[in-house]
Amino acid sequence: MTNSIKEIEHNDVLLIIGSNTTEAHPNIGQKMKQAARRGAKLIVVDPRKIELVDYAYLWLPITPGTNVALINALMYVIITEGLTDKEFIETRTEGYDELWSVVKNYAPEMVQELTGVPAEKIYEAARTYATTDRAGIFYTLGITEHTSGTNNVMNLANLAMITGHVGKEYSGVNPLRGQNNVQGACDMGALPNVLPGYQSIADAEVRERFASAWNCEIDEKFGLRIPEMIDFAAGGYIKAMYIMGEDPALTDPNINHVRKALANLDFLVVQELFISETAKFADVILPGASFLEKDGTFTNTERRVQRVRQVLTPRGESKPDWQIICELATKMGYPMSYNSPAEIMDEIADLTPIYRGIRYNRLEGDGLQWPCPTIDHPGTKYLHAGQFPRGKGLLQGIEYQPPAELTDEEYPILLTTGRMLYHYGVTTRRSASLESFRPEEFAEVNPEQATALGVKTGDKVKVVSRRGELITKVRVTKRVKPGMMFMTYHYKESPVNILTNAAFDPITKTAEYKVTAVRLEPVNK
Amino acid sequence: MVNITIDGKQMTVEEGKTILEVAKANGIYIPTLCYHPKLRPIGSCRLCLVAIEGREKPVTACNTPVAEGMVVRTSTPEILEMRKGIINMILSMHPEDCLTCEKAGNCELQECAYNLGVKKGTLPLEAQELPVLKENPFIVRDYNKCIACGRCIRACKEVQCQRVLDLVGKGSEARAGATVGDQEITLEEAGCVFCGNCVQVCPVGALLEKDSLGKGRQWEAKKVRTVCTFCGVGCNLEVNVKDDHIVRVRGYENPLVNDGWLCVKGRFGNDFVESPERIKRPLIRVGEKGEGKFKEVSWEEALDYTAKRLQEVKDKYGKQSIAAFSSARCTNEENYLMQKFMRAVIGNNNIDHCART
Repeated sequence: MTNSIKEIEHNDVLLIIGSNTTEAHPNIGQKMKQAARRGAKLIVVDPRKIELVDYAYLWLPITPGTNVALINALMYVIITEGLTDKEFIETRTEGYDELWSVVKNYAPEMVQELTGVPAEKIYEAARTYATTDRAGIFYTLGITEHTSGTNNVMNLANLAMITGHVGKEYSGVNPLRGQNNVQGACDMGALPNVLPGYQSIADAEVRERFASAWNCEIDEKFGLRIPEMIDFAAGGYIKAMYIMGEDPALTDPNINHVRKALANLDFLVVQELFISETAKFADVILPGASFLEKDGTFTNTERRVQRVRQVLTPRGESKPDWQIICELATKMGYPMSYNSPAEIMDEIADLTPIYRGIRYNRLEGDGLQWPCPTIDHPGTKYLHAGQFPRGKGLLQGIEYQPPAELTDEEYPILLTTGRMLYHYGVTTRRSASLESFRPEEFAEVNPEQATALGVKTGDKVKVVSRRGELITKVRVTKRVKPGMMFMTYHYKESPVNILTNAAFDPITKTAEYKVTAVRLEPVNK
Repeated sequence: MVNITIDGKQMTVEEGKTILEVAKANGIYIPTLCYHPKLRPIGSCRLCLVAIEGREKPVTACNTPVAEGMVVRTSTPEILEMRKGIINMILSMHPEDCLTCEKAGNCELQECAYNLGVKKGTLPLEAQELPVLKENPFIVRDYNKCIACGRCIRACKEVQCQRVLDLVGKGSEARAGATVGDQEITLEEAGCVFCGNCVQVCPVGALLEKDSLGKGRQWEAKKVRTVCTFCGVGCNLEVNVKDDHIVRVRGYENPLVNDGWLCVKGRFGNDFVESPERIKRPLIRVGEKGEGKFKEVSWEEALDYTAKRLQEVKDKYGKQSIAAFSSARCTNEENYLMQKFMRAVIGNNNIDHCART
């Protein structure tokens, strides 16, 4: 997030796009509902009639995969009606003319059929967002999990920049991060192209600094991203894998392919709490300790580094993951030894400019938001004040590209996927209360499809995509439009990623989890 | 700023504050039950009555703002009698089961009775036996203990914005219930999302965490502040532990992230950590890949074997033949070490995690 969670209390307009916040980020969703209660206007862009729609000033029921066209149309209205922030465009950005050369072809009337959003709603949303001072954008995976994911994010940045809604308190572009420490894992350089603090592998000076600190050579070749690792394992080029705390055999797209890749490895070591779907393919499973059994830090969606404290002793003989990695490294001839996570953070701070001021003794209170460049720096509440990392913000015109997979006669229904309130990844299936409350999938289908198929809530259907099929119970509901359906990814008994498409955004390699063409078939009850 | 006097103590205080807030900040005790610092004050329990010079009737301190020249007395003999009367009436309709009540030791009714010296309810009121509802796996509602203070109703409306609960019934049957017409409905039917924030604000034992029953009283538990793992918001938890087991989870009162509030997963879902399905010892595969058959081995054996096999692959196929998934569920320190392991020990940059999901 460029802003902080607390700033939501002062937003007058919240443009919420591709985020079912009350289920996926409940406590931020709660703050959004409170904002609506005190009179702030919520503009909800979502294909489903999610809970936030009940609190919304405007609901734009977008057809999945058409975000770029819709955002272009919003900008079209803002530009043609003279609602831009001309001073911000002039002093803080470049590329405006190029942006307009693309956006000018996206009048609301031109995109209403494609996006499923009536033109008048696009006009009203654009005016409301542009003419309000404290206007924030909030998005999650409904924006990124598309082959156009990077374009969607860049286009939201365009929208924020032409209205001057970024780089200040209460206005910004706010991705809500899904996993508890996905922000931190990125910050720590658990990525194939950057070292800790987003320092590029391509930079020889950076490599030299880390090589000298770690007493090793740093390979200058960018590493593989997860989908490439999977493809290379299936192709026999990757021979061994070390997987810590992830379950790609359930959660990655097109899991039949993932499972073949894992089975093809010479050696797989998995570090986990449970025998996950992935761990079933392992040669060795190392029992990690849970977050309640160790010390450390997580970095939340607003860049706040917070202390994780040990509450319980590790169950069984499990060990904190940091200890396991140290022991394995040492056995492989690279001595790695720390007395505590605090010592590891000291090393991180030494090597990572945005974390340089972060020390455990400073985290006893409410944590620190990076960038925190010095030992007495108070942390940073909102980003991009005064200037962007590259200097001027680059406005780039972006053309709409259709999703990788479209519905047709054989696969007429558009399946989109996501989370639900009562489950998260794989851990909640092991919570007795949550599991007893929501033990199985109820795929959401529109009454039109249900009638055509002759099914009612609680009945089973077969869902078939170009890659696989599964059987699930359905809930008949108008939450989804006719021609659409929705499933979660939580249930291994009806693993939705058998169906999903492993087509990726070309830059981030994020899969198009949000658009899969399927058909429904009845099953014998 | 305004000048006021409370119990003979003169002070200059911020305008807009209530008498109760000023008194609390200055260490002057005024008992309360329906008041909660994060909810709209409604003055319904009337325990916080105070006398103001020049006014005929006492006022409720929780929702009366301070004013210039105000002279307040918090515990005149008349007011103390009124307060005792209120507690006496509540206790007369309240089960006298403090010995076994989950809330004992952390019960605000107990605290008021203690501070006012009311030993028991003496009024001849007939308390109706009301249901104890356990229809969902998260929250137990014991209506016999409900004192109709309305805190849960306000938390549901003002904080969670769900409006599930309402004040229903009269006299000893008055309670915060979920009803349609006069008919009791389940919380789920009423649109509850089981955040449990109502449980957290309940001053008595009327709303409790189902999974915590019998696991230990408040004073027995060690309370540790940590961070939730069920999404990226980073809500602060206060985990209550006894004998190395989780007793209950409450929201830690940090104003910057979750302000003490939680969702259903953060409050009720952390028992996954204590699941019997946890892997207890290192395992080496004995069955086919994907079959899930393993044998337990020692750490020494598991790590030796892993190190040997990784080294063999590296020697045979080169350093680019190994890849690693780090974890968005693990700590910063662990992610840092995982990427360091791949870069310094294996020698490549094949490190990634579900950064985009």
